[in-house]
Amino acid sequence: MVLCLTAVCLLCGALLGLVYAATGDAIQAASLKALQASIGQVLPEGGEISEAVTLEEEDQTFEYYVSSKDGKTLGYAVKSVVSGFGGPLTLMVGVLPDGTVYNTSVLSHSETPGLGAKCATDPAFVAQWKGFPASKALKLKKDGGDVDAITASTITSRAYTLAVANAVAVVAFLEGKSGDVDASTGASSENWGG
Amino acid sequence: MEYFLIIISAIFVNNILLAQFLGICPFLGVSNRLSTATGMSGAVCFVITLATVVTYLVNRYLLVPFGLEFLQTIAFILVIASLVQIVEIVLKKISPSLYQALGIFLPLITTNCAVLGVAITVVSKEFTFGGAAHMLNLGEAVVYAFATSLGYGLAMVLFAGLREHLASNNVPKMFRGLPIALITVSIMAMAFLGFSGMV
Amino acid sequence: MGKKISLILDGFVRNNPTFVLVLGMCPTLATTTSAVNGLAMGLATLFVLVFSNMAISAIAPMVPDKVHIPVYIVVIATFVTVLQLLMQAFVPSVYATLGLFIPLIVVNCIVLGRAEAFANKNGVVASALDGIGVGLGFTVSLTVIGIVREILGSGSVFGWKFIAGDGILAFVMAPGAFLVLGYLMALFNKYLKK
Repeated sequence: MVLCLTAVCLLCGALLGLVYAATGDAIQAASLKALQASIGQVLPEGGEISEAVTLEEEDQTFEYYVSSKDGKTLGYAVKSVVSGFGGPLTLMVGVLPDGTVYNTSVLSHSETPGLGAKCATDPAFVAQWKGFPASKALKLKKDGGDVDAITASTITSRAYTLAVANAVAVVAFLEGKSGDVDASTGASSENWGG
Repeated sequence: MEYFLIIISAIFVNNILLAQFLGICPFLGVSNRLSTATGMSGAVCFVITLATVVTYLVNRYLLVPFGLEFLQTIAFILVIASLVQIVEIVLKKISPSLYQALGIFLPLITTNCAVLGVAITVVSKEFTFGGAAHMLNLGEAVVYAFATSLGYGLAMVLFAGLREHLASNNVPKMFRGLPIALITVSIMAMAFLGFSGMV
Repeated sequence: MGKKISLILDGFVRNNPTFVLVLGMCPTLATTTSAVNGLAMGLATLFVLVFSNMAISAIAPMVPDKVHIPVYIVVIATFVTVLQLLMQAFVPSVYATLGLFIPLIVVNCIVLGRAEAFANKNGVVASALDGIGVGLGFTVSLTVIGIVREILGSGSVFGWKFIAGDGILAFVMAPGAFLVLGYLMALFNKYLKK
């Protein structure tokens, strides 16, 4: 009885070890490809992309990648996580050294299908982030800023905007333009009712 | 405050049955009578909390240090299956009355995907409970698991109550049994949608 | 030959896992937000079902009765992990969409149910055919539910949009899953169940 269980477990373990060894490279390649695609999407082409760098500020950790060419920084891709409507909302935000948002892409979200989930697909919403200038205010229009919200998804739009603002704050800190990262985590009480 | 948010979120906002679709089979299977539904909820509550603690520790101190995360599924299901067996044996010895109440449900729980589902969610998903996104620590994981199973019990008991009344109604033949039950759950799920976005 | 075909066909109507046996409800409800997702989940389950059925029918005579359930669970979990690794390596985006419900195939009652009810008493070939039949039955059911929910919820079929704008969002969300399954089950009872 015990012998049989042991034998089955050993066999299965061996099989899994084999499959794991065989697929290991492919899995790594796939996740690397996905990461590079998301970075490539949000930063200007032609730069050499660095390894992941982590920045710890107060209770928040940011992961970012630097794209550089001939020793000159082309831009930063910052992974920014905030609390959305249905759970964590993770973005890759490309920011140029002068604070301009080059582009954004959604890495993962758990927003409501058909409503908040549009933050990844709604053409007008997605397009406004392309080249969003540093001079404009990273707040929703109804909060007195310059960002157009997705209809009926104010909380998601607000969270998205916050994620971008956090990324911009990180870059401002990295570029030495501000003393600390002025980031908040979103979906707190002041964001109620939307 | 954070624990409070975890509890509200797990019971109402992300109710395991009505929003996450975990553990539906026993939900439909044993919700015919209020008494069995209560017994099942109790057993699930017990096993989910215990299993989450053990799988959390197994993952943290065995799988991750040795780079064996790919064995997560198989390790967790074995832990859960043995745990259910142990609970059954211990309960029989220590508290026969509790065993009488929960015992018949225990063997069913191994294949209740709510248990494995919560165990995997706790170790693999980042949460934001009003703060920065982070993986749960052991304390939060226990609270999350317990609250989730309370949510399971809540939905189960509410539904069993509704279903007892449904049984005495004259339902069209093609809807009798599960179809009308599913439509009832749908309306319950719609009510629970009202909680979304609260946390 | 006729018997082999009937083994496969049984899975569609007489032993339909979704509408008759009412097994594997969790992935049925959770992953059918669109036709493609339903199809992918069905195929993933089919893969595990066929291989675990074959392996179990091959080892069944050697397994002592007392430990047969743990042995079956280990075998099933092994094939689920193989599937997880393969999906992560070759179709990472599908893996990300189905998420938690891939590892949860382990506790899908259909797989253990077929092992207990069929594979441990029959030969390898018959068990494989049974796995294909039940797996296809599950796949077709999930795809049908997915199609109905996608048409009503997003106004599209297999991603092809035939109305502009949104559908009835409730059908993509949780209540719609229960509602569509309830109505389809009622229709199945009326027209197909003899």
